Amino acid sequence: MALLVNEALGEGAILLQQRATSWRECFQLAGKALVTSNRVRDSYIQEMIDAFEELGPYMVIAPGIALAHARPSKSVLQTGLSLVTLSEPVVFGSVSNDPVRLVIGLAAVDHDSHIDLMAALSELLMDETKVNILLQADKEPEVRQTLS
Amino acid sequence: MGIGTSVLLKMNAEKVLEALGVTAEVQAADISKAKREGHEADIILTTPELVYQLENMPGKIVPIDHVFDLIEIREKLSAALS
Repeated sequence: MALLVNEALGEGAILLQQRATSWRECFQLAGKALVTSNRVRDSYIQEMIDAFEELGPYMVIAPGIALAHARPSKSVLQTGLSLVTLSEPVVFGSVSNDPVRLVIGLAAVDHDSHIDLMAALSELLMDETKVNILLQADKEPEVRQTLS
Repeated sequence: MGIGTSVLLKMNAEKVLEALGVTAEVQAADISKAKREGHEADIILTTPELVYQLENMPGKIVPIDHVFDLIEIREKLSAALS
C-alpha cells in the first residue's frame, strides 16, 4: 500500500528538515514541491492558502501532521502528493494538533480517483514508527525506503 | 466531494462502524456540500475547527480531533449512536 504513496511523490516532491516560521511558508513549501514534481501549476499554491484562510486550521488532521490541499481545479495537472518535514515545529493554530512537523501536500484531479491513494496515506500516517522515521530523515532515500 | 480530511475521516468512520456492526451510509463532503446536504445526515463527523460552520444542522455534530485515531472515533461514534 505504501508503494502508492511513493509513486504519488514525484521527483522533487520531498523536502526534508526545512525551515519555516508560519503555516503560510509551510504551504508554500508543500505547494512548490507539487509544482516541481509537475503535479500542479503555481496557482494551486494560492488556492491552498485561500482554503486555509477561509476555513482555518482544520487541515491539521492529527498531532503534528497537516494535509495541505485545495479542491480539484484547473491548476491540478495530475493527482499527487508532496512531503515536507520541518526542522522546527510550526504553530498552525490547531485546537488539538499543534505544532506541525510534517506537511503533506495533496492535489487531486477529481473527487474519487485518488481514494486508494488516500487509504494508503492513511495507513502510513497511522503507523507511528514510520512517521517517526520520516520526521528524523534528512535524506530522500531514507524516506523512499520507508515507503517501499 | 471533499478530497482530503473528509475522505480520511470517511474511511476511518467506515472501519469503526463495521467493527461496531452498524450499517450506515457514509459520505465525504467538503464544507459547502455539508452545508447544502448535511441536514439529511443523522450524524456529522467533522474537525473541531469546522463545527461552527454546521451549527444549524438537525443531526448530531461529532468533532473528531485526530482523524487517524480509531479509538477516539469509536468512542465518539458509539456515544452519538446510543
